[in-house]
Amino acid sequence: MEGVERMFERMVREHQHRVYAVGFALTGNRHDAEEVAQDTFLRAYRALSTYPAERIRDLKQSPWLHRIAVNVVRNRARGAKPRTAELNGSEPDDAPGPESRTLLRAEMDDLACRLAALPPRYREAVVLRHVHEMSYGEVAEALEQPVGTVKSNVHRGLQLLRGEDHDRVVD
Amino acid sequence: MTALLTDLKRLGSMKAPDGFAERVLVEVGMADSYAVFETVLGEVYVAWNRFGVSAAARCASASEFETMFKREVGRPLTPAPAAAELAAKIEDELSGKRTMRFDLRGLTEFEQAVLRKTYEIPRGEVRPYGWVAKEIRRPAAVRAVGTALANNPIPYFIPCHRVVRTDGHIGNYGGGGPEAKKAILTMEGVRVNRLQELARGGVRYQGVKTTKIYCYPTCHAAQRALEKNVVWLHDEKSARAAGFRPCKVCRPAA
Repeated sequence: MEGVERMFERMVREHQHRVYAVGFALTGNRHDAEEVAQDTFLRAYRALSTYPAERIRDLKQSPWLHRIAVNVVRNRARGAKPRTAELNGSEPDDAPGPESRTLLRAEMDDLACRLAALPPRYREAVVLRHVHEMSYGEVAEALEQPVGTVKSNVHRGLQLLRGEDHDRVVD
Repeated sequence: MTALLTDLKRLGSMKAPDGFAERVLVEVGMADSYAVFETVLGEVYVAWNRFGVSAAARCASASEFETMFKREVGRPLTPAPAAAELAAKIEDELSGKRTMRFDLRGLTEFEQAVLRKTYEIPRGEVRPYGWVAKEIRRPAAVRAVGTALANNPIPYFIPCHRVVRTDGHIGNYGGGGPEAKKAILTMEGVRVNRLQELARGGVRYQGVKTTKIYCYPTCHAAQRALEKNVVWLHDEKSARAAGFRPCKVCRPAA
């Protein structure tokens, strides 16, 4: 058990930023992002304690955590609508991290908001492919969808983000 | 086209807020929070997690407590606001009410047994090291009991100060030395000097002539006896020979 705890601690430290970033890109605000990230790791912890040793050893942590994060967001969405508008850059910038040099906080929030406004299937595909730069194969694995579906969802999602062909949106 | 993709990529470089990993580890019980609480004993640093209180100490500074925690427990530790709920439990414990939960993971089974047994000793009373050993069915492990209590990570709340030597020495105390031990016992209503005098005179038990029961001198059941009915006894053998039986509350011959 000690081994799993050590491994979990390393996993949290190593993947916390990526998981938080997924949460942010999928929910559109920092408060929900932290909740999603925390839920993701809690679920991961509970799952790990039931897995046999070889499964833990062979685990591809990053795609596995992404899949859990996507599911956490999906389950939350069933309960409540994502809050996309209220935290639009209005929070005080407490920690000017490295990201603030490249993209202003307000711009990040704005982009995350626009992502959160996309229908879930496009949003998930775009976030994993372009925010997290996973290959189409990895995205397909994380979302448990065929690669072709992922490709078309990414394409469609990007079109919607750019504000192209609004009139043909059916979702 | 590329501007959007570049922006999306930058979104992926978001950093989790400070302390996020620690909060996750606290949630699953793999890390602890701590705060300093004002108590009847002065300032006490207390660490806790989802399983309960995991450490306590009177330290001069937060960094001293952090160093001690790292050495004794080893889990990540982060400062947190002093929770009102825990403050209430701290007050309860120090006034004799048992409401606190403890996290004793990381201690051996023997150490846990010693601490759980010690937790049963009521406020205002003391028991010898040998009593703890006998009660947990390891009668020969008296010294090991002493060691386990010396390493008690949660002094004051798991009252290792209520375990004393039978020869009248107050015994060592990890929570601030023999003087601190004496001070806490006195605060709890133990007449330490009288107890030490009795012990030095070889008295171990208090018998009551009318009931023919013998107790540890601090047993609350023994406090009700009238002075004229009290006899002082030196050992179990002579107590039994004089027709006394051990008290069922303090179990002097468990």
